[in-house]
Amino acid sequence: MADIVLTEAPAAARPRRLGAVLPARVAYAMAIPAVALMVLTVLAPIVVMLAMSFTDYRFGEDAIPFVGLDNYLQLLNDRTFRRALFNTFAYVAMVVPGSVILGLLLAVLIDGLDHGGRLYRLVFFLPVTATVVALAMVWKYLLHGTIGPFNLLLVALGLPGIDVFGDRSLALAGLAVINIWSLAGFNMVLFSAGLTAVPQDLYDAAAIDGMDDKLDRFFSVTLPLLGPTMMFVLVTSTITAFKVFDTVAVITRGGPRGASDVLLYTTYLEGFSYFRMGSAAAMTTVFLVIMLVFAWVQARVLDRRVHY
Amino acid sequence: MSVRSPYRFRPGQLLAHLVLLFLAFLFLFPFYVLLVTSVRTPQELFTPDFHWLPVEFTGLRYYIQSVTHSPVLTFMKNGVVVCAGILIVQLLTAIPCAYALAKYEFRGRDLLFATVLFCLTVPIQAPALPLYLGLNAMGALDSYFAMMAPFFLSVFAIFLFRQTFKSYPDEIIQAARLDGMSEGAILWTIVVPASLPAIAAFAVFSVTAHWNDLYWPLIVVRSNELMTPPLGLAYFTDVESGENYGALMATAAILTAPLMLGFLLAQRHFIRGITTMGLK
Repeated sequence: MADIVLTEAPAAARPRRLGAVLPARVAYAMAIPAVALMVLTVLAPIVVMLAMSFTDYRFGEDAIPFVGLDNYLQLLNDRTFRRALFNTFAYVAMVVPGSVILGLLLAVLIDGLDHGGRLYRLVFFLPVTATVVALAMVWKYLLHGTIGPFNLLLVALGLPGIDVFGDRSLALAGLAVINIWSLAGFNMVLFSAGLTAVPQDLYDAAAIDGMDDKLDRFFSVTLPLLGPTMMFVLVTSTITAFKVFDTVAVITRGGPRGASDVLLYTTYLEGFSYFRMGSAAAMTTVFLVIMLVFAWVQARVLDRRVHY
Repeated sequence: MSVRSPYRFRPGQLLAHLVLLFLAFLFLFPFYVLLVTSVRTPQELFTPDFHWLPVEFTGLRYYIQSVTHSPVLTFMKNGVVVCAGILIVQLLTAIPCAYALAKYEFRGRDLLFATVLFCLTVPIQAPALPLYLGLNAMGALDSYFAMMAPFFLSVFAIFLFRQTFKSYPDEIIQAARLDGMSEGAILWTIVVPASLPAIAAFAVFSVTAHWNDLYWPLIVVRSNELMTPPLGLAYFTDVESGENYGALMATAAILTAPLMLGFLLAQRHFIRGITTMGLK
C-alpha cells in the first residue's frame, strides 16, 4: 500500500492509472500468470509446430530430418488432403447459410411475438448446450439407412429410402444438418440481441414514409441495422463449421470412402494415428493460416461496415 | 403515429406461432428420440413402423444397466474434475490479467491485448502436436493434468472480463484506494463480486465447452478410468457393437443430463454471456 501515491491532479505526462500512480510491477504481477500460460500453451507450441512442419519428424523416432518445404509440396498433390480441404469448404458452405438464415428467422419471428418468446428461445437454444457426441448417436439412428425414423417416414410416403451416412453424396450434408441444428439457436440469441438494439424511431420513420410492407421494412431497416451483428454471426459460424470434428469422428469416420473426410479429422489421423508429425504440422499450418486469413478479412469488413 | 413494433400484427402472430411450433418440433425431436429410445427394447427399433411411445415400456432398466454395467459414473466424475480444474485456473489467471488490461496503463499493454486478440483466433488444434509431444516428454500423458493443461489459459475469459471491468466505475476503485485497500484486495473483494454475472456466464461457457470436448481427451487419454463423458460414450458405442440402443441412449441421456439441467437453471447467465460476446 505504501506503493500507492494518490495524486489530486495527475500530470499530463505521467501514465494515468485512475489518478493513482502505481509502480508498474502491480500491473505486471497481475498479468504475468496469464502471459506465462499464453507463451507455454499457445505461442511457443505454435512456433514449434511451424518449425516441425519443415521436418519429417515421426513420433517415437530420434531423428528430426529437415526437409524444407517438402511437406507443403506433398500436400499440394495429396489427394486425401485436397479432398478433406474441399469437403471442409463444402461443409462450411452448407452450415453457414443454413444456421445464419435459420437463426435470423427464429430471432425475427420470436422478436415479433406478444407471448411465449422466452419458451421458444429456450427450446431453440437447447441443442447448443447438448453434448455433441451424445446427440450424434441419436442423429446416427435418426438418419439410419433401414431403421432410422427419417427413412421410415420416406418409405411411408412412398419414397425410396436413403442411407444418409452410407451415401457418398449425402454423408457430408447429413453432418451439416446436425451442425445447423446445433448452431441455429446460438445465432438466434446473437440476432435477438442485435434486434433489441434497433431503435424504434427508425420503424416509426419508415412507417411515416409509407413503408407498410413487413418484408420491405425487414430488408430496408432491420437487415442493414443488423449489419455488425450479421458480420459477427458469420465469423463465429464459419469458424465453428470449419472446426467440425466430433460428428465426423463419431458418426462417419470420414467415410464412406473419404466422402466426409474433413481437414481436422485428416490432420488428427495424420498426427495422432499415423504419428507423421511433420506432415501433420504442415496440415495444421494450412488450417491455422485459413483461420487467420479469415479472421483478418472479417475484421477489415467489420471496420468498413460498422459505421453508419 | 403509434406503430409499436414492425412485426406485431395480429394475423401475423398466429402464423409466427405455427412456424415456430413446427420448427420447435423439429428441434426437439432428437431429444425426444433420445429419451424414448432409452425406455424401449432395442427390438422395437427393428420393426418397420415408428411408434411414438414404447410398445414395451422398460422404465429405468437401461439406466440401471448403464450405471451398473458401464463406467458411466466414472466418466461423469472425470468430467467434473476436468471441468472444475480448468475453470478454477482459468479464473485465477484471466481475472487479474483482464483487470490489468482494463484499469492500468503499463508498458506492453497494447502488445499484450493484441496478443490476446491473436490467440482468440487460434483453436486448440493449432498447438495440439507440440503440446502432445511436450506432455509426452514430461511423462504426463494419460492424466488429468494432460487433459486440463492446454486450457488453463482462456483468452476469451480475458477478453470478456476486460470488457466487464472496463465499465466498472473508476470512482469506486479510487475511493477504495483512499480507504487504504491494496490493488489485489480491490480487485478480488470489490470488482470481482460486482462482476459475478459475467463470471457466471463465462463459467457456464467454459464448463459446457470442456464437458462436451471430444478432441483433446481423445488424443491424450488411453485409460478407461480417465475418460470424460464424450470420450467414454464414443468408446462405449464401439464396444457395444451389438447396437444395444436402449443402453446406449440411456448412457447418452445420463451424460447429457447435467448440462441440460444446468442450462435450464442458469439460462439467463448463459444467454447473457453469449450476448456480451456478440456485442463486442
